[in-house]
Amino acid sequence: MPVPQKHAAVKTTQEFNTRAQSKAPVAKGVKVIGRKKDDDDRIDTGEEEWMQGKTLVKPPDQLDLTEAELKEELTRILTANNPHAPQNIVRYNFKESCYKPISSVDQMAVHFVLEGNLVHKDSHEARRQVAKQGVTEDMIVEDVVAEEEKPDTPVTGQLEGGEDMAEGEDGGGEERPDSVDIRAGKKEQKLTNQFNFSERASQTLNNPPRERSCQTRPPPRAHFSSTANQWEIYDFYVEELQRQEKNKEKQKAQPSKKEEDKIKKKMITVETQSDDITKITKVSKIIEHMVNQNTFDDVAQDFRYFEDASDEFREQEGTLLPLWKFQYDRAKRLSVTSLCWNKKHKDFFAVGLGSYDFTKQGHGMLLFNSLKNPTYPEFIFTTLSSVMCVDIHENLSYLVAVGFYDGCVAVYNLKEHSDQPAYMSTAKTGKHTDPVWQVKWQKDDLDSNHNFFSVSSDGRVVSWTLVKNELVFTDIINLSLDSTACGTAFDFHKQIDYLFLVGTLDGKIHKCSKSYSSQFLETYDAHNMAVDAVRWNHHHPDVFISCSTDWKVKIWDHTITTPMFTFDLNAAVGDVVWGPYSSTVFAAVTNDGKIHVFDLSINKFEALCQQAVVAKKTKLSHIEFNPVHPILIVGDDRGYVTSLKLSPNLRKKPKEKKGQELPKGPEVEIDKMEKLLSLLRESGSNQA
Amino acid sequence: MAEVEDTLKRIQSQTGVIGTIVVNAEGIPIRTTLDNSTTVQYAGLLHQLTMKARSTVRDIDPQNDLTFLRIRSKKHEIMVAPDKEYLLIVIQSPN
Repeated sequence: MPVPQKHAAVKTTQEFNTRAQSKAPVAKGVKVIGRKKDDDDRIDTGEEEWMQGKTLVKPPDQLDLTEAELKEELTRILTANNPHAPQNIVRYNFKESCYKPISSVDQMAVHFVLEGNLVHKDSHEARRQVAKQGVTEDMIVEDVVAEEEKPDTPVTGQLEGGEDMAEGEDGGGEERPDSVDIRAGKKEQKLTNQFNFSERASQTLNNPPRERSCQTRPPPRAHFSSTANQWEIYDFYVEELQRQEKNKEKQKAQPSKKEEDKIKKKMITVETQSDDITKITKVSKIIEHMVNQNTFDDVAQDFRYFEDASDEFREQEGTLLPLWKFQYDRAKRLSVTSLCWNKKHKDFFAVGLGSYDFTKQGHGMLLFNSLKNPTYPEFIFTTLSSVMCVDIHENLSYLVAVGFYDGCVAVYNLKEHSDQPAYMSTAKTGKHTDPVWQVKWQKDDLDSNHNFFSVSSDGRVVSWTLVKNELVFTDIINLSLDSTACGTAFDFHKQIDYLFLVGTLDGKIHKCSKSYSSQFLETYDAHNMAVDAVRWNHHHPDVFISCSTDWKVKIWDHTITTPMFTFDLNAAVGDVVWGPYSSTVFAAVTNDGKIHVFDLSINKFEALCQQAVVAKKTKLSHIEFNPVHPILIVGDDRGYVTSLKLSPNLRKKPKEKKGQELPKGPEVEIDKMEKLLSLLRESGSNQA
Repeated sequence: MAEVEDTLKRIQSQTGVIGTIVVNAEGIPIRTTLDNSTTVQYAGLLHQLTMKARSTVRDIDPQNDLTFLRIRSKKHEIMVAPDKEYLLIVIQSPN
């Protein structure tokens, strides 16, 4: 059917403008086309329709039904439901993350949709169009139509042929009156050609689509991934807590602290600027210990586990097993003048170095060694004068009191990383005028100030109190009460606070009290030469021991002015100490390089062990028992400190009897000593 | 400063010590006494191992922390001391 339409289109080409002026040209055009279609259908199928009206055409598969069946009534209920509508639509639900059936189904079925382009003339749209076009109609029509109509007609006539001829002529005929009408200005009565009208649409030139795009720079992307461990979470919380606390503090302490903060910041920056490697100071020391542990593994094993098996076959003899040897190159020429174990850290001890020789005085040295590192001291302090004595505070193990050859006393604080002592006595503040031979920490005084005592050969025993940043001295006693006397050693009673002993250069030992500065409680004519050491027994409250350069070691009951025991060691005795584990054990060192270990409960007359532990001509000067481990350290006059392990015989406990638990504790030790003493007292009284 | 230097020097002079390495938080060696390739290898591997060990210790108890790591092998003992920011590694062949 498109052919006639084309013709019509051609024919009406020139008339388009005219018709464009009419009321609703588009709508009318469509009407015409619709009608034309109907006409053609009728022409084509006209005869068949006539025939079909009379005959019944049965589909070949139609069922043959009986009359009864045909008359049967079948009830059908029509519902509005769409039978084709799907019943089982499911949609994905993001909220619940699963597919959900949709209950409401659209029941409307659309079979045909055609959008019409007719506009009712009374509608708003139509009126608007009329209003738009109505004004300009007249003038255009007059000009255009008058000229173009004439040549139009023959062309259309020639082109139109066959079936369409009538239509074409009708169209022409129709149009003329139309245009006449327009010319007459009768807008309302205008009729368009219903049959020969085609819409001619024209399209304006479409602007070619132009693509314009610009791209912004993509935001920077970064991959971030991390795992959250329990401890990371914990750390974060801790940090957060700290931050909160800081904020609180800041709120409390307002701008006044700003300056301090600045200073702090500066300090921090200074610190960070310095070489980073300082941060590993601590670990580097630990590593050093470990490396040493590896290197001296055999020694460490011996220290812990070696027990001299041959002791079983010896009755009253023991041996000393040399362990580590501590040396420091710069201290080689000095002699060990004092030793002191740290009571808190049992592997740690202090060594005072200097010279006893009046003609060879020079600098001194204070070293702190650990058994964990025999190759190098943990702390080193170089002093101007010889160090003569050292004592480490029992509880505050970082406080170390030192006495010097020049009469000064000083306190070093190991926590402060400085080379200088924290406290130092001066000539103004009562320093001694002669070498200080011994210092000893005391219990804190009533104002809980730390204080220590010192004894010097100027004859004074002085108490030093650490007050803020100075040492305050108090003379306790002057030994030159009757004659000139030089103190060389002292020791304080373990239980009775005020009681103490002082050994002097002329061999006397005075029992003194802190509260009486004008008299001695007792004086013992102990030795013929200088007393080198005097010490109370650790367990028995009445017993003390003394040693002297006159080769003798004597044991005393402080209530009796004559010695209970006297031992001659055939060389000047430098030092004597009680064993901490037994009341009857003591050890002494002599100038000929020997260590003598006694256990009175085993042998009252001879040493269990006499052992030379250093090269010939080396003098041993001092000895100390470790408070817990079965080892002792000895210092010699070449600056070396040797540690030795006591063999089982030297620390023998009373034999255990079967089924009987061995009593332990201080009482046992006291009893042991008491038994010895009572024996002696008896024999003494017998002799008398 | 000088103290640490001295300590490191002493460690290195100990018998059996093969090398000391100081490694920073990123696992980059900043000081070593070994040759370059060995250092890099030790530093990289031990850094990882230490981090893992530390993580293990802290996972078990967040208030706990790793203070030391000793690895005893047939030939060597490797000692690792982790600090806040640095690792000190010492390789020693005992005996």
